[in-house]
Amino acid sequence: MVLIYIDHSEGQIKKSSFEALTYGVELAKLLGTEANGIIAGTIDENPEDLGQYGIGKVFQVNNPELNAVDAAVLANVIARAAKENDAKEIIFSHNTTAKTIAPRVAVRLNAGLVSGATALPELTDGFIVKKSVFSGKAFANVKILTDTKIISLNPNSFHTTKNETGKAELVQLNIPVPASSIKVISVNKVRGEVPLTEAEIVVSAGRGLKGPENWGMVEDLAKTLHAATACSRPVADSGWRPHHEHVGQTGIQIAPDLYIALGISGAIQHLAGVNRSKTIVVINKDPEAPFFKSADYGIVGDVFEVVPKLTEEIKKIL
Amino acid sequence: MKILVCISKTPDTTARIAFKDDNTKFDDAGVQWIINPYDEWYALVRAIELKEKDPSVVIHLITVGGPDCDPVIRKALALGGDQATRVNSTEADSFNIASQISAIAKEEKYDLVMTGKETIDFNSASVGGMISELLEYPYVSLATKFDLSGETATITREIEGGEEMVEVKLPLVVSCQKGMAEQRIPNMRGIMSARTKPLKVVEPTAVAATTQYLNFGMPPAKAGVKLVAADNVAELVRLLHEEAKVI
Ligand SMILES: Cc1cc2nc3c(=O)[nH]c(=O)nc-3n(C[C@H](O)[C@H](O)[C@H](O)COP(=O)(O)OP(=O)(O)OC[C@H]3O[C@@H](n4cnc5c(N)ncnc54)[C@H](O)[C@@H]3O)c2cc1C
Ligand SMILES: Nc1ncnc2c1ncn2[C@@H]1O[C@H](COP(=O)(O)O)[C@@H](O)[C@H]1O
Repeated sequence: MVLIYIDHSEGQIKKSSFEALTYGVELAKLLGTEANGIIAGTIDENPEDLGQYGIGKVFQVNNPELNAVDAAVLANVIARAAKENDAKEIIFSHNTTAKTIAPRVAVRLNAGLVSGATALPELTDGFIVKKSVFSGKAFANVKILTDTKIISLNPNSFHTTKNETGKAELVQLNIPVPASSIKVISVNKVRGEVPLTEAEIVVSAGRGLKGPENWGMVEDLAKTLHAATACSRPVADSGWRPHHEHVGQTGIQIAPDLYIALGISGAIQHLAGVNRSKTIVVINKDPEAPFFKSADYGIVGDVFEVVPKLTEEIKKIL
Repeated sequence: MKILVCISKTPDTTARIAFKDDNTKFDDAGVQWIINPYDEWYALVRAIELKEKDPSVVIHLITVGGPDCDPVIRKALALGGDQATRVNSTEADSFNIASQISAIAKEEKYDLVMTGKETIDFNSASVGGMISELLEYPYVSLATKFDLSGETATITREIEGGEEMVEVKLPLVVSCQKGMAEQRIPNMRGIMSARTKPLKVVEPTAVAATTQYLNFGMPPAKAGVKLVAADNVAELVRLLHEEAKVI
């Protein structure tokens, strides 16, 4: 059985979990087995609706203690649920939650873990998973050698398939929840904005913007496109933008459908965080800027002239 | 207070990425090796800062790798840290690496084990979490701030769409990223003293691998940029809408 971990926060299921669901359902078809989901904790939506993604059952350990991400506690519960229900393949979406708990689940279940997977496994000669390496500059084929297998799927690297009428059978699991040794003091969420790692469109700006006072036009463009905003490292380091917007080798790695880079030169460390984006647009006044070599579309021009026009033109078609 | 900092060696961030031997190995010709930036700038430097505040803190470094890791671990010792161990194994499987580190950590009973958030070559983000499970320690991942008061650590960590502050009692495992500390450059005294600091080489314990890297490849190259004139922004919008279909 393929078991898909359904990640949630503040009662909402994460978008990347829907990709994991579709991935798990398609994997189960390849293996000729069933696909089920697991929710640790409580969500606002009706869990049965997850049947829309093609799973037969959704297991739930309905205890609000599990809404906090304590790796030791969650790994204990998920590993036990996997064992008791004979799950042989476990799928996570490779977000901050999976990075925290999947390695512990792997050790508990003596399972090989491939994190950052980008495609369904090849099954003709073992169980071989393709994953992103060198910060997106290359990929590797990794064979999982153990009986139980865990795959953590890179966000935005797999589609979702939904069928409005599907219903899953909700199965409550009676698993004791161990006490947590991690005390949460405060939570600080960016509200009303699209989280960077889940965004389909990202508008990003660099030192070419000259100063924090010029970000108004970047935000206007982002708002028009329902996009998240990002920035290059020197921009975050200078305090022009918050650190959680910093993308690149030492920042956040993203793979949106569309990445728009404004006044960013395209240093190799910046590219390492964004080169898995499906379409890259670069606007830079220097025709020699290295970013143009990795771009799909580009305008050689001044961001202060081009960006407001771009926002206007996009408004016309939306 | 005893801290273990896990150090891995990675190609420099500007290294050309290519593969050899039928794409089964990373081609390291001309590649400069560095300490994985997350291990150096964040985990190790934060550990050094803790020791500067409290000189009774002892810092051990560990790396799992072949003899070619020695210059990198010496550089880490030049930054700070009292002694280092290299487990002589070139196994790439995260579980194997975590098992080697845990075997030693179990003997040494560290109060704090620090790792980077991930290596910049294999991007697994797995070793820290696996060590924590093997040691049965709490695990706080993706930390951006770390403070210690007595036996209690106050840690800020990244969560989906924001951050949270947590309190945990030692011992624990923490994986570190940007925000923890500022980059440092080793000074002459550090470099000189690193030569005499102990670097112990031990043989690995037998652990069955759970995964195996078969081969590597490069993503298909981009077709090349389509340039649009700066006074024809509408054309760019048309291309994004009709050709790329992303807006
Ligand atoms: C180990 C290491 C890790 C690093 N990690 C990261 C990382 O994670 N992320 C990251 O981003 N960087 C990282 N860097 C830094 C990286 O090397 C670059 O220095 C950085 O990305 C440059 O940022 P930038 O493009 O905003 O600025 P610049 O390189 O200064 O580029 C500004 C660009 O704006 C253009 N410009 C100026 N004015 C205008 C205008 N009016 N209109 C249009 N264009 C204009 C210029 O032509 C130029 O191309 C790292 C470096 C190292 C050594
Ligand atoms: N071979 C190794 N030796 C020592 N520490 C390692 C090794 N590989 C990974 N680590 C540590 O584990 C962290 C996460 O690595 P990874 O899980 O491989 O992405 C790194 O930042 C290091 O701190």
